[in-house]
Amino acid sequence: MAEIGSFALLLALALSLYSFLAGIVALVFQKRNSQPSSQPGVQTAGRTGFAPASEGSSLAALLRQGSERIGETARRAGIVTFGAVLLASVILVICAFRDDFSIAYILHHSNRDLPGPYKFAVLWSGQEGSLLFWSLLLAAYGFVLRLRYKTDARLFAYASVVLAGVQIFFLSLLNFAAHPFAIVQGTIPADGNGLNPLLQYPEMVIHPPMLYLGYVGFTVPFAFALGALIMKYPGEKWIHITRRWTMVTWAFLTCGVFLGAHWAYSVLGWGGYWGWDPVENASLMPWLTGTAFLHSVMMQEKRGMLKMWNMWLVFATFWLAILGTFLTRSGIISSVHAFAQSSIGDWFAWFLAITLIVFIFFFVKNKSSLRSEHKLESLVSRESSFLFNNLLFVLLCFTVLWGTWFPKISELVQGNKVTVGAPFYNRVAIPVALLLLILTAVGPLLAWRKTSLESLKRNFMWPTIGAVVVAIFLMITPQSWGSTFGLKPWQDISYFYSLMAIALSVLVTLTVASEFYRGGRVISKHTGQSMFASMVQLTHRNTRRYGGYIVHFGVVVVIIGFAGAAFNQDKEQEMANGDKMTIGNYTLICRSYTDDDGPNFASQWAMLDVYKGGKQIDTMSPVRRFYKASQQTSTMPDIRSGLNEDLYLVFEGLNQDNGHPIIKAHLNALVMWIWMGVWIMLIGTVLALVPNAPAPVRVAATARIGQPNPAPAVTGD
Amino acid sequence: MPNRLNLRSKLGTRASRTVQAAVLSAAVFIFLGAGDPATRFNEIGHQMMCICGCNQILLECNHVGCPASDGMRNELMAAVSRGDSDSLVEQGFVQKYGPTVLAAPTTKGFDRAAYVIPFAALFFGFGLIVLIIRAWKDRPAPALADGLRPVRGAELEQFRDQARKETDL
Repeated sequence: MAEIGSFALLLALALSLYSFLAGIVALVFQKRNSQPSSQPGVQTAGRTGFAPASEGSSLAALLRQGSERIGETARRAGIVTFGAVLLASVILVICAFRDDFSIAYILHHSNRDLPGPYKFAVLWSGQEGSLLFWSLLLAAYGFVLRLRYKTDARLFAYASVVLAGVQIFFLSLLNFAAHPFAIVQGTIPADGNGLNPLLQYPEMVIHPPMLYLGYVGFTVPFAFALGALIMKYPGEKWIHITRRWTMVTWAFLTCGVFLGAHWAYSVLGWGGYWGWDPVENASLMPWLTGTAFLHSVMMQEKRGMLKMWNMWLVFATFWLAILGTFLTRSGIISSVHAFAQSSIGDWFAWFLAITLIVFIFFFVKNKSSLRSEHKLESLVSRESSFLFNNLLFVLLCFTVLWGTWFPKISELVQGNKVTVGAPFYNRVAIPVALLLLILTAVGPLLAWRKTSLESLKRNFMWPTIGAVVVAIFLMITPQSWGSTFGLKPWQDISYFYSLMAIALSVLVTLTVASEFYRGGRVISKHTGQSMFASMVQLTHRNTRRYGGYIVHFGVVVVIIGFAGAAFNQDKEQEMANGDKMTIGNYTLICRSYTDDDGPNFASQWAMLDVYKGGKQIDTMSPVRRFYKASQQTSTMPDIRSGLNEDLYLVFEGLNQDNGHPIIKAHLNALVMWIWMGVWIMLIGTVLALVPNAPAPVRVAATARIGQPNPAPAVTGD
Repeated sequence: MPNRLNLRSKLGTRASRTVQAAVLSAAVFIFLGAGDPATRFNEIGHQMMCICGCNQILLECNHVGCPASDGMRNELMAAVSRGDSDSLVEQGFVQKYGPTVLAAPTTKGFDRAAYVIPFAALFFGFGLIVLIIRAWKDRPAPALADGLRPVRGAELEQFRDQARKETDL
């Protein structure tokens, strides 16, 4: 099996090389043979985007046909690459299920008693497997792209070559530096070392694929952008194509980042969901620049502005995704998430340098094709808000990048490392994020070109009053109502930030709601439909705009969840049978503690009755496991989630002297809002991808007797 | 985290709440850093890292039998009980465990750059955008075809209002 897998990887590399080189040859010949007047981007007869010369010598025609065929073989080689990488991946998974410990990767990341789903997840659980998985996803994206080439054959041919170039890098890594089918030398052990216990959680089966779909997916917008830059693509069609790919990729990355947060919350047992670890930061950076691009791309579509800036944003997003992988795998920055140190960091460093040089070369060479007529009429306009929005997103990204690299910079400058943890980000990133939240509220209310202060005042007054009322309400209500009530912002800076975050979230929510209301009211007036039906119709008519508003609403729900962190409480206590612990409004009584033994792990757990207001509401069982194959321990917190707060119990271990369990209880405020907000964001994104419903057309009909108010007709298309 | 329950407001009227808020605000600024030992332990403990390699905040390290965090917490509690100032406690920890024990860079020496650079970038970026907007605003309008004149001022507003009415959703 390992031989077949190795062969499949070699074949995939050869096919990618062919796809890359033949693709370049075809494009170069095409450029030479194309007529000066031929318009790139215009669909032509050639399958690979070759513009046929109306007349020409037989030699030129022959060359054209030849290069067209070469281009087509390059496209097909790219498609078959997917098959070869898929074969290698399937073989690795089969080897995991067959407990083939002759393969070093399976030996180090699996064991006989590992449950089936985790054996499947072995594919992305270690260095070599995850690189294979990355390559598989890249090949899958390339497969879809190459099948959809008819959208714009020539642009897709360029993008296909860029994708093949990136694929060559990953397949070279797999074949020469991190081979997933490397064979164990000497005696083959009877059992494997097992999977890292922290990874043995159901979300492990879904979190990495989502994250990788996001990381890898940003290669596609980059491929289109670089292709458009190289061919000096006129018009904005490439940006339409790229935007949809970016939205899909962005949704995957959003899902991946928050699944990671949920996984950390549910498994790591420290009661939090985000530790500002370099690897977590690495996933956040491309998300921030990708989000900036999704906003600024509207400037290019609507006004033909920011062409150069958008090109750089697409590149930065791709580059930061690769940089994140470099951080994880090079060992250059210490992280709890990092894979084992290896020499592949050098490969990534070279790849980052080469992509940067290639991009800068083509940017400098062809930037004249990106000139746009920037003309603004007013500071108070949608255009200005997008500029500030982009500034803040990029600044947040820079802050995260700066914080991630600062320990290394400090070591170089002053000879000693420093830690850059949560307190730093709380001080620096939160104020910027609050500014961004203000823009999220204001931006949608601004019109393109110019907004009069009068209309801004009209649209903004009620949402502002609503936000102020909520802020005052939160300050004057008694604390007995819950952890987020009775907020005194002057007591602690974290309370101030939380109050600001909640008030601004209310502001955004009200502006979003007012947008739906105003649009719905107009439709309702014209059609006589109910307000709800009118809002649904409104959304369907402009899914991108209103889907975007729903994403904004999801973001504020997430922000409210983050704001809850200021009110978290925790308590640690040794608990023998019958012992009592009180935290917040909850009382915990230890009913029992015991242990258990299974094939994969042994476990210790406690049973705790939970009382609230003198009434038993639940029995919770936090667990601590000892995994036999890896000889490592892991906690499985028990979490009772509610809208207001989560009761989060961790079995920390046994007191060595008396054998009593030590329980740590956390009361985490508003955490559920984060997970709800993510769902809303994803729903909004899916909605934004749905094609618009046709706009209604009013038919000017002569009024008939008895029909004074003819209803507007709606076109079928 | 301050014990908010102990600070709960007991005053009933809005006016007295305002007075209370003012007094509390003043108190916070006057007695900054002079909290009770438990609050100080909690605050300083969240500004430090456990050095066992878990990369967690000292008071969030959840390893039973962790070779570092128990001892560090005891040292911190002892220092706070002695009444050592925050900076003295931090200095003691840095001397013993190295600068990586602090969860964030200090505001002294080169460490200050960690905080200055992002905010400098923010102000620089804001200034740059304002300049860009001004430059774009002052650009002459693109030339129109013969016989057409650019629409400006009240006439432009009139057209805008008309367009809004006709395209309003």
